[in-house]
Amino acid sequence: MSPISRRKLITGGLAATAGVAGLAAADRLAHRYGLVPPDGRVCFGAGETLTYAAQRLLTRHSQAREFPRSMISKTPFANEVAPPSREFLRHQAAGFADWRLAVDGMVARPMTFSLADIKSLPFRSQITEVACEEGWSYIAEWIGTPLVEVLNEAGVLPQARYLVYYSIQPDWWESVDMADALHPQTLLTWGMNDGDLPVGFGGPLRLRVPRQLGYKSVKYITRITATDSLQKFGKGLGSASPEGGYAWYAGI
Amino acid sequence: MPATTLSRKTEATRHTAVVRVTHWITVLAFLALLITGGEIVISHPRFYWGEVGNVRTTPAFTLPIPSSRDTVPTGYGYVMPDQNGWSRYLHFEAAWVLVLTGVVYGIAGVWSGHFRKDLLPERRDWRWSAYWQRMARYLRRAPLDAREDRSYNVLQRTAYIAVIFVLFPLVIWTGLAMSPSFTSAFPLTVILLGGRQTARTLHFFLSWALLLFLVVHVTMVALSGFRSRMRAMITGRIAEPRSADAGEQI
Repeated sequence: MSPISRRKLITGGLAATAGVAGLAAADRLAHRYGLVPPDGRVCFGAGETLTYAAQRLLTRHSQAREFPRSMISKTPFANEVAPPSREFLRHQAAGFADWRLAVDGMVARPMTFSLADIKSLPFRSQITEVACEEGWSYIAEWIGTPLVEVLNEAGVLPQARYLVYYSIQPDWWESVDMADALHPQTLLTWGMNDGDLPVGFGGPLRLRVPRQLGYKSVKYITRITATDSLQKFGKGLGSASPEGGYAWYAGI
Repeated sequence: MPATTLSRKTEATRHTAVVRVTHWITVLAFLALLITGGEIVISHPRFYWGEVGNVRTTPAFTLPIPSSRDTVPTGYGYVMPDQNGWSRYLHFEAAWVLVLTGVVYGIAGVWSGHFRKDLLPERRDWRWSAYWQRMARYLRRAPLDAREDRSYNVLQRTAYIAVIFVLFPLVIWTGLAMSPSFTSAFPLTVILLGGRQTARTLHFFLSWALLLFLVVHVTMVALSGFRSRMRAMITGRIAEPRSADAGEQI
């Protein structure tokens, strides 16, 4: 090896110091502006943080692509879910008349909504694509109440930074940041393609988050909790997905 | 020994430090992307054209391999273990490493004239016959001419330009076109390609093109002197500094 010159040593040392200082500063800034995902400290956390931070800076207010009615898939695929719990089967037998959605945590007025309550709020429909992390996809019309309408009813507090949502099925829960929670396309979905939302596709109530992959759109929603920190939920990684090895942020 | 030092200086560096460091980082990132990409494909080894496609639609083609999901009909009686969680984490982390390394390499390449001097085919080779002549020499297994120890021939230059400026940008583009969040901000990235499933299928083909390049590249390195080529890409030098080994190069 050729001897390293003094100039090379000094410039190299300066560059390395600047690099480390720059990384530390970037890390502090990312924390201050909420650009570190809850699974940003585990293995692969660096890449995950870069992805989440970059997408949040670019896509905070962007709208998921919507499609013309002619592009609605004739053969949507419901995907498989775990066998329905006894509790779900009881609701299904009763035609979901007693289905309730609880909204609690950092809200001014913790509330419980029936399906009729939710449907009495302003609702909309949108034709968006469900894309699975496996690679397949379909397009459907989704009819539902924007999550933000329900959050306004309960008076979500300004300190809330995440929304945790639970399925009636055990160990199936997810969370999104407020950019996705308050997004106009994030729907508490109860209808699909001009009819009721079929059970296979998440009926009677599914939270559709169209700017993220399918696994963030949890089926059979019964509870929503607003929080300023995800530390106390499960293992503190944000949702059930990172506990099973999958990324919390599924925008890619 | 001043004489040795002097001769070392006159032995031009074959590859600059930037080229060598970015080359090996890219090797690691690309291998990680290739392996994890393969794992992700196994969860749905069916490909489609257009915007949508799933197990209820007719695929353009299906890979004859088992799947890591029991929802995919493959004809095999078993299901592979699911590797998508860590594969997706590592795929995107390696993609960041690849892109950031590519940015450093790209800026350095323009700044230093590396692209213009080392990779753009030389002016006198801007004709088809130059390509055919070099290809004919490869097929005859003719020895390298003296210049080719220090510089790339027209086929090498064209291959590297194609990989750096066509295949890698396209594989990154088609990858981003599969991101529902990225395409919400930049819908043209997927619309121009003709849909999400087309982007996925092209991403798959582009990965094969890059793998083909890798195989040919490593084969040619092996055929033209594995030790000396590896030494050039690791230390930057083409000849042993000691005069005793000087004969080896000829």
